[in-house]
Amino acid sequence: MGNLRSVVKAIEHVAPRAQVRLTSDAADVARAERVVFPGQGAIAGCMAALESCHLRDAVLAAVQHKPFLGICLGLQALFEFSEEGGGVQGLNVLPGRVPRFPPAQMRDPQSGQVLKVPHMGWNQVRQVRPHPLWAGIPDNSRFYFVHSYYADAAVRSDIAGETDYGIRFTSAAARANIFAVQFHPEKSAAVGLRLLENFMAWDGRG
Amino acid sequence: MGLAKRIIPCLDVDNGRVVKGVRFVDIRDAGDPVEIARRYDQQGADEITFLDITASSGDRDTMVHVVEQVAEQVFIPLTVGGGIRKVEDVRRMLNAGADKVGINTAAVARPEFVKEAADHFGAQAIVVAIDAKQTGPARWEVFTHGGRKATGIDAIEWARRMADYGAGEILLTSMDRDGTQNGFDLDLTRAVCDAVPIPVIASGGVGNLDHLADGILKGHADAVLAASIFHFGTYTVAQAKQRMAERGIEVRW
Repeated sequence: MGNLRSVVKAIEHVAPRAQVRLTSDAADVARAERVVFPGQGAIAGCMAALESCHLRDAVLAAVQHKPFLGICLGLQALFEFSEEGGGVQGLNVLPGRVPRFPPAQMRDPQSGQVLKVPHMGWNQVRQVRPHPLWAGIPDNSRFYFVHSYYADAAVRSDIAGETDYGIRFTSAAARANIFAVQFHPEKSAAVGLRLLENFMAWDGRG
Repeated sequence: MGLAKRIIPCLDVDNGRVVKGVRFVDIRDAGDPVEIARRYDQQGADEITFLDITASSGDRDTMVHVVEQVAEQVFIPLTVGGGIRKVEDVRRMLNAGADKVGINTAAVARPEFVKEAADHFGAQAIVVAIDAKQTGPARWEVFTHGGRKATGIDAIEWARRMADYGAGEILLTSMDRDGTQNGFDLDLTRAVCDAVPIPVIASGGVGNLDHLADGILKGHADAVLAASIFHFGTYTVAQAKQRMAERGIEVRW
């Protein structure tokens, strides 16, 4: 489980009247009004767990019409393919791939120092298009990231936010009722809580 | 613009109480970890680290409850170190709401533990803490048991090995400087930071705000950790960020 509980605590904090359930039961996902899809660790384990818990179909059904928020691996898993662990097929909801940051090749433009992987800490998110989940969050706000692989969305209109770290990557993706972020809103202080609050109030229309 | 350098206050917790007496003027309970963590969060701390110094392992449950309470009210990354010896210890802390655990003595005793923990929970959750002491020109050795026990292991080699084993981050403490307020051991910090591909947190010796900036600019650290300058109210985290920004370092406001 890791710190999936942190996501629950943060949502309960911004939406005290909501009934939040941490679940691996497909029936719960099917009944839910809105779905949060967080993930940490390795994507192979994440995809395998979706299969073994028979959650794959429930998640694919949810992304069709429910307000859906992917977090970290929950963003990466929506794409076609991840390079992690020798290559893992994703859910293929959004076109694009998930490559690794090229180690030792990325340099800080200012200091010239090698950029470390994982990309860990507070980086800026450029809001490349308006979205209800950005409400009240200043453009270029800093969110907390920790990841070694990044999403490279193939369809420009699926990109809601971009971040620079050696290369430019998709730090927020959005299509219809789906919003997904590479950073951790549950660990991103006030702006992260605001994003979760916006999600809890969202009707699922982009 | 890019990734901000992080400032991380560290709290020593003994049996559920913060020790070294935090002196905030308007705080109700100077030993309450929840209240102190909230204060640091309000000041703009980028993360908070708890070091559990409880002597008896039987009292470790207390730390789990502390982490649970803090995680309900503070929404920035939390790291817990001290007494993490088994995969089960890691699981308990992460389930309680910690984002990362610090592993020190147990990694020296059995390096494979770091691999196992990283495989289970992901590299992002595993911080290897290294306590280093200078033993010769440009040579530092890993010590355990609060700097009392030499291991014969070269600190730079050890940092590389721990990165290979799946550590997501290194917390590097100079035992020569810890508690002195004379500033980080910048040679040590730079040697380790330049040797590993993962982020390094510099620790040990901070006495003023320029020491923090030096750790980044001269030590090449990705983050800086300090305890007493913040606890005793000498400086706030916001003042530390102000000084770092004045010296050209990117920080989060």
